[in-house]
Parts: sequence; structure tokens; C-alpha cells
Amino acid sequence: MTAVPITSTPVVYKPADYRSDLKPIWCPGCGDFGVLAAIQQALAAVQINPKDLAVVSGIGCSSRLPGFLQTYGLHTVHGRALPAAIGLKIARPDLTVMAVGGDGDFFSIGLGHLPHAARRDLDITVVVMDNAIYGLTKGQTSPTSPRGHVTKSTPYGQSAQPLHPLAIVLSSGASFVARGFSSQPKQLAELIKAGLEHRGFAFIHVLSPCVTFYDTYKLYKELVYNLPDSHDPSDLDAAMHYAIESERLPLGIFYRRPPLEPLPRPTPKPFDTQAYLNRFRA
Amino acid sequence: MIQKEDVVIRVAGESGDGSSATGEMLAQAAARSGLHVFTFRTTPAEIKGGPVMFQVRASNSPVRSMGDAVDVLFAFNREAWDLHHADMAPNAVLLYDPEEFDLPAEFSGIAYPAPIGQIAQAAGNRRGKNVAALGVVAALFGLGLNKLEDIVRAKLGKKADLLESNLAALRAGIEYAHQLEKRDPFWMESTGEHDRYVMTGNQAIIAGALHAGVEFFAGYPITPASDIMEGMAAMLPQIGGGYMQAEDEIAAIMACIGASYGGKRAMTATSGPGLSLMSEAIGYASMTEIPVVIVDAQRGGPSTGLPTKMEQSDLNIALHGGHGDSPRIVLAPASVAECFHLTVWAFNLAEQYQTPVIVLSDYSLSFRTETVEPFDLGKYPRIDRLRPNGALAPKQYRRYELTSSLVSPMVAPGVAYAQYTATGLEHNEFGNPDYTPANHAAMTEKRWGKLAPLQHSREYVRRFGAERAKVGIICWGTTAGPCRGAVYLAGQEELPVAMLQVQMLSPLPVDAINEFLEQVEIVLVPEVNFQGQFAKLLQAELGIKVRSMTKYTGMPFSRLEILRQIHALHGLAEPVMV
Repeated sequence: MTAVPITSTPVVYKPADYRSDLKPIWCPGCGDFGVLAAIQQALAAVQINPKDLAVVSGIGCSSRLPGFLQTYGLHTVHGRALPAAIGLKIARPDLTVMAVGGDGDFFSIGLGHLPHAARRDLDITVVVMDNAIYGLTKGQTSPTSPRGHVTKSTPYGQSAQPLHPLAIVLSSGASFVARGFSSQPKQLAELIKAGLEHRGFAFIHVLSPCVTFYDTYKLYKELVYNLPDSHDPSDLDAAMHYAIESERLPLGIFYRRPPLEPLPRPTPKPFDTQAYLNRFRA
Repeated sequence: MIQKEDVVIRVAGESGDGSSATGEMLAQAAARSGLHVFTFRTTPAEIKGGPVMFQVRASNSPVRSMGDAVDVLFAFNREAWDLHHADMAPNAVLLYDPEEFDLPAEFSGIAYPAPIGQIAQAAGNRRGKNVAALGVVAALFGLGLNKLEDIVRAKLGKKADLLESNLAALRAGIEYAHQLEKRDPFWMESTGEHDRYVMTGNQAIIAGALHAGVEFFAGYPITPASDIMEGMAAMLPQIGGGYMQAEDEIAAIMACIGASYGGKRAMTATSGPGLSLMSEAIGYASMTEIPVVIVDAQRGGPSTGLPTKMEQSDLNIALHGGHGDSPRIVLAPASVAECFHLTVWAFNLAEQYQTPVIVLSDYSLSFRTETVEPFDLGKYPRIDRLRPNGALAPKQYRRYELTSSLVSPMVAPGVAYAQYTATGLEHNEFGNPDYTPANHAAMTEKRWGKLAPLQHSREYVRRFGAERAKVGIICWGTTAGPCRGAVYLAGQEELPVAMLQVQMLSPLPVDAINEFLEQVEIVLVPEVNFQGQFAKLLQAELGIKVRSMTKYTGMPFSRLEILRQIHALHGLAEPVMV
């Protein structure tokens, strides 16, 4: 291995510095391209060194995202990005940790982890690319698909109602909750940046349409609107009101409060095996 | 004819009546006096109430199993008699509380009434009944007699008011026993004091993990592994480690994988149901070559099964659980001391080979106490994962480099120019997804091949008994205890028996096993599961025929059960013990 010359000029990271050489596997027109670009913008905005960032994901089209970044990545199994991210963050608090993936990962197979991640309120930034469909498995209904949704797995229409992901994380204690839209990358980058700067659990729900199996571009463009300036993000009731709105889709920061203060813990000392074993002397 | 060298005392009663505490204190006193002690306990699966028993086997020679039949049964109530009298040896002694029940008419052996409630009451506090019982049983049979007050003080020293009445109850119990006319032969007194530990298997696993440098633990409550989690919860914050109680076992192991990816030594502990849930993640750790230690304290299965009984029936899932060709290392301790030893090595092997390591304990080992000789702490090296050497040039780092050992340098995040994504997709040397036939073949061979040298290791087998014998026992896990007991008893009869305990079930140390096969004619494979999982493994891996011997009652083998089978294979009559 050759040594890297040490430069004295300060490095400025551009969005392109966060991209790997891998070409995304996504279909042309996939909303996830916009999310990837917005993440790069947000990373450049906070000027994080790519070596100090780890992006954890599960399985699905959107969970391939870590491989397209020139940062550390952990592409885990379906639904389990959050516990892996939490373990990494507890073990390595010096790292910036993001968890990314889709609605299948976070709201179906891995939903059980979401409230627990929110209530721990660790400094993790979560970006969920929600296309309300299973894309990688080629078009089955998802937990955020609308009632009556006809797909290959629901040929007579989805009989269940969609769940409200933002209401779930709000009621579980998340300290930062926002929603963006992949077609509004500037706003989305701002939201992700705010999430990265937030020192607690930051949850960013992104409407990210699937151009192949459930093209919602037109629908979302009609339904989205920005939260009014009058909305107070410290008002949990108001945030919950917007979170369960389903006729239209508000965008912006729903809720933000200071993260939990850590509880007092013993001052760490090196482990002394013999001293520990003495307690077992007969 | 075999001369007995030990005594087995069982104290049985109802959860909450103090009978278990009597057994525990008796074991502590015996150990402190210098005896070797092996305890065995059963607890009800219910939260409160239900029958309990605590058994103490003590000897001046090392004891490695719960022993044979019960020599002394101390029944705190009638139900205890009903449940346990079938386990009594032909010449066994019964201690019973006449306030609770009358001497059963069908019992014709030696019996001593022990009105422990009355004795304690006369001494000042009826609640000192279990301590009075301790005095009676120790004075009758010798165990730890000179250490009883020490133990009561250690247990109650902080409660001055209770201490005095309990010491009075203890003395009254001893005095009561001295008034009895002793008519039985059982007496076990220490021949010398020794510096030993008294530990449970779970405690030894905690100590081993801490000595191995555990830096992160995540777990989910499950019997019989919960106290490993509780020990970690207490200790890790004191030494700067990370800890979490996860929302389920999947989260627990994924958190460990996340922490290990971050460069830390990580461990979880569970039982069968949790191991089932972890199967996918273990395959992921195997695929991404992320070190992680998983303790499986086995209990009776399948499903919820017998949460408070032992079984060795998770061998198959430990070896093969999960989809795909996913290699892993599987270790199995047989004793409390081995819990410490193999937990240290589980960490070292996980780090050295960058692979999941499963440690198969079981319920009987989790909770029993044994006297343990002090560990030689100097003999445990700390083996860390191979890391990249020196500074890296951009885009040159190959996380899965095909080195000569097939173990690749593993970076932890924070190092410049080494950024990579660990993925469960098949990947090339750089870690990038690659499904080409040649790559999948090469990487599959890498993941398995890096472990292949362990097949030639002699570190993870223990050889006992005769050098050559007609019957050779091959066993694993806690069944090795009664097997060693059987080999010892056979030695008393001058019947040569050979024994090989296999501590590493995957990869199987085939060189050592093949060598053993040369030395014996009949291979006997005792194990506590219905299928004969280990016997089938040996037959499949070595192409040999073995005699499978299984037990599936939720209880461990006794050494006499093994010895009977050895006698049968030799065409001998049943063994007789006096």
C-alpha cells in the first residue's frame, strides 16, 4: 500500500465526493436517485469526512443505497437496519450513523424495531424511501399502499388500511420527525441536513415513487404541500394531527425537541479479571 | 463392586420455603471446607410456587456430574417425598419434617425426623427453619461443618437482627442432630482446605467474556441465559463497554453485528427459541465475515419446550441453522471451568477467523455450581482480528482479499480510504456485489476454507481413560461429565474404557477423532436428545458406524446409566456400587 501524502490545505467535501463508483441498480426515473442526491448534498452541507460516516440498510431497492456512497456501509438483512445501526452507534459513538431503506424494511418486516429505536433516541438519522410498493420483488402491496390497491399480491384489492409511519414514531418518542419528497430534492436535502445535525433519533420519511410498479409521481405532486409557517415543531399534538392526515401529504419538519439527556453511568475503569474472580472464592 | 467416593444430598421442598437456600448454603460450606462440590437444581417454570430441589454432590475427589442415586433426601414436605423418593439409592437416608408429614409406611430405610420449624422456633425465630435444616444435615453428614457459621454470616451479615436468630437456629439444628443416634454410613468430611471458586456456568461465561475483552453485549431475556445478560448489564458500563437489552433476539444479534462491524468484540446470549430467531443473522455474519459470539444455553425443545430442563438438542441448529452454505464455529463446554475457558476462546476464534462462534451450554450447566480450581489467567492470549497494515491508498482496500490464509484484513470505520460496504449479497474482494459463477465459487471456498485448519487442531478435544479399549465413548457438552464418571467407575472395576470429549463441534476436529477411532472397537455416543444428533454427525462426517445412546427426559445422564451401557457392550452383568 502506498502512503497518502499529508496536505495542509483544508479539505472541502463536494457532494460528488460521497459517491462510489458503483452504478445504482435502480430503474431510470426511480425516486431513490433524488434521495441519493439529496443525501450527498446534505453530507456536503455538514462537511462530514466520508471515513466517519456509516450508512446501514436492510434489503430492498432503496437499501442498496449504502453501496452507492463512498462511505462505510452495512447492507444487512431484510428489516434489520435499525438494530444494526443502534449496535454500531452504541459501540462507536464517534461515528455518524445513518439508517436507510424502504417501506418494506421499516414498516413491514422491520416495523417492530422502529418504536424501540425511536424511544432510545440515539443520535441516528433515518431516511425511509417509501414508494408504497415492493419493487425489488416486482410489485406486491406494501403497508403504506392505499386501501383497495390492486397489485400482483392483491389482485382483488388490498383490504387493509395503510399505516401512518410518522404517527408511529411520534408516539414512540422520536425527537425529530420530518417528511420530504424525492422530486423536491432541495427541501429534502435541507431536511436530511437538519436530521444529521439533530443529536437524537431523526426520522425522515421520504415519498420516493416507484416508476415501474406504482407510479405515484403525478398523485404525490397533487397531494403534497408544505407545512404552514405557523406550525410549531415543538407542538406534539399538532405534529400528530399532520402525521395522520391522509387526504393530503404535508412536507417539512413535523416535530423537533431536544434529544434525551443520557443517564448517569459509572466512571469506566479497566477490567481486572482476578479482582472480579475473587468474589467467587469459596 | 465399586466403592463409593462421594455423597449426594438432595434438599427438596416448595418454592419459597427455604429448601433451596439450605442446599445452597450446604454447598457453599462444603466448598469452603475444601470439598469438591457439584450442585444440581430444578426450579418450576411457574413464577411463584411449585416444587423445587437443590442437590449437592460432594467428595474429596473431583466431581464432574450430578452423581448417581440420592444418598440423603431431605424432604421439606410430603410432595417432596412423592416426587423424589424414586431417585433414592437402596440404602439411602430420609430426613423429613414430622410437622409436615408422617414417615411414609412404604419407606423401610433409615429415617431421621427433623422438625426444623420447631427447632427454629425454639431458637427464637421460626423463619430460621432453613438454617436449622442446614445445621441438622451438616451435623449428620459432616459436610462443611466447621464453615457453617461463616456461610450464614456471609448470607445474613448485613441483617444484624436476622443474623442472631439464624445463628441460634443453626446451633439448635446441630445440637438436635447430635442427639440423634446415627445409624447410616454417610459421612463426608474435607481432608484439606483449597483455594477454589464456587461458580455457576453462567457466571463463568460472564467472567470468560470479560477476560476475553468483551466490549459490547445485546440480549433479550430468556431462561436459562438471562443472568448472562444481567451480568453484562452490571459490568459493561463499569469498563466502558456498550450494552443493550434489545426488543427481540433478532435485534440483539443485529446490534452485536453492528458493534462488531464497528470494530468491537461483541456477544449475545440466548436459548433455543432465540437461536432460531437469530438464524438468518448468523448466516449474515458468516457471509460478511463479521466476528460475533453467541451463547446458546440449551433447554428442552422444540418450541417453548421445557424452559427449566436441560437438553442437548440444539446441536443441529447450531451447526446447520440458517439457509445457504454458512460456516460457523461451534464450541461446547462440559463444565463450569470449561465455560470460562471456551468463552475466552470463542472470542479469540471469532476474531481470528472473522466468523460467528456459537457456544453451546445447557440449562444444567447454566445454574449449577461447581468448585473450580483458579484459572491460569496468563495462558489466555488476546487474539484480535486482522486489520489493514499501514496507510491505504484510495480505492485499493480489499475487505475480502483472497490471502493465503483466506482471512482478510478487516477495517473498522474511521479509517481513511478504506470505506467499503459489508453486504450479505455475494461480493468480490472489494466487497462489491458480484454474482458471477467463478466469484461465488471462490468466495464460498474462502469462507469455508479459512476454517479448515481447525479440523487438524488438537486444542478442542479432551482424551480420558484407557489408551486402548473395546469401548470408546465420544461425547460433547455436559454429557462428558457423567461419561468421565463412568470411565472412573469402570477403572475401579479394572475395565478399560476410552473416552474422547469433543469441545469443537464445527469444524469437527477430524484428525483427533480418527486417531481415537484407531484405539477402540465400539464407539458409544451418549447425548441428551432423541435423534442422536451428534452420532449422526460423526457418521456423516467420518463414514463410521457408532452406537447412539440417547436420553430425552429433560434430565442429564448419570454416570451409572453410562456404566450400565458399557457393561452391556462388554456382555457383563449390571454394575454394583456400595
